[in-house]
Amino acid sequence: MKIAFTTSGDNLTAALDSRFGRASKFLIYDLEQNTHMVIDNNQNRNAAQGAGIQSAETVARFGVDALVTGHCGPKAFRTLKAAGIKIYNSSAGTISDALEMYRSGKLTEANSADVDSHWT
Amino acid sequence: MKIAVASGKGGTGKTTIAVNLAAAFDQAVQLLDCDVEEPNVHLFLKRDNIAERIVTMPIPEVDETRCTGCGECGCFCEFNAIVSVGSKPLVFPEMCHGCGGCQKICPEQALRETPVRIGTTKTSTSRHITLTEGNLDVGLAMAPPVIKAVKAQVQNELPAILDAPPGTSCPVIAAIRDVDYVIMVTEPTPFGLHDLALAVDMVNTLGIPFGVVVNRAGSGDHRVHEFCHNRNISLILEIPDDRRIAEAYSRGELIVDALPEYKPLFARLKTGINTLVHGVHR
Repeated sequence: MKIAFTTSGDNLTAALDSRFGRASKFLIYDLEQNTHMVIDNNQNRNAAQGAGIQSAETVARFGVDALVTGHCGPKAFRTLKAAGIKIYNSSAGTISDALEMYRSGKLTEANSADVDSHWT
Repeated sequence: MKIAVASGKGGTGKTTIAVNLAAAFDQAVQLLDCDVEEPNVHLFLKRDNIAERIVTMPIPEVDETRCTGCGECGCFCEFNAIVSVGSKPLVFPEMCHGCGGCQKICPEQALRETPVRIGTTKTSTSRHITLTEGNLDVGLAMAPPVIKAVKAQVQNELPAILDAPPGTSCPVIAAIRDVDYVIMVTEPTPFGLHDLALAVDMVNTLGIPFGVVVNRAGSGDHRVHEFCHNRNISLILEIPDDRRIAEAYSRGELIVDALPEYKPLFARLKTGINTLVHGVHR
């Protein structure tokens, strides 16, 4: 099972980015292998609009099962749900803290977007 | 002849110029309010025979019995208005620009366009002026299709004056792109100059001839004048900073009616542009 974390860093000690659509990178952690990879999200970060939808497509393409991020807007939420990705909102400081909370079952799955759209 | 009244900065007097210029015509003239997010030309005219039309935009609808979830539509759409994440596509109408590309690219003919209302146009008459105003529905962000619907009602045999939205983004481009001349309204302030410079770059990129009107002349500094001089931009009119103009405006009156001494100013503007446009065409 793979989990995506939003971040601007390159490893598990990096801070969890509170934004999803405009996060600069995604760290994808493989729970079985205990390995991770980092994907760049700069293209979406600078998108005029629709960054959340595009970011959701990106993490879906890498086959993640869950996403841990600070906040998630309505369009990203709808797209992630359609891709069957579970969303967890977390205010953890670092990715490793957030991962630990996920492992110990301290994160609850979001059942709606927790912030408004930037557009309408 | 199509003339657009534009500005970089908002609140410089576009509508004042547009409506008074239209009033200065001694023949039938069309006035188009292309500031569809906040049309205000109608505040200065007594409108008769108002006819309203609904403006729609084509939004894709997925026929799930035909869709195979191939994702071609999502790859094509630049605006993320349609996405497929290993699933039947999701449509985000608020992102859609109505280009119809997804429908054309779909190998299964699984997309159909449905018209969705985005606003209205209202056409009315006021003396020799035929006014068409666009009104984008509240809560929507897609102004250009409504602006195009306003412009679609232009009758080419009559002169048309377009009141453009402020700024230099898509709605302004949609309003001014095929006009013969742009009147750029500014005020002699640092903000006015800053946004004028952006707007000048925009019209130069579009290759449309233009001239500058300085409104509230005498209220700020001389930097707008210096800018025009240095760039060889023609300063076609200056409207003095006169409190009575602001008072007439606040009552919804035309300057040419409330303060007849300014009438020759707008008559000259009209004649001047006429000459410029025909000069350009030669």
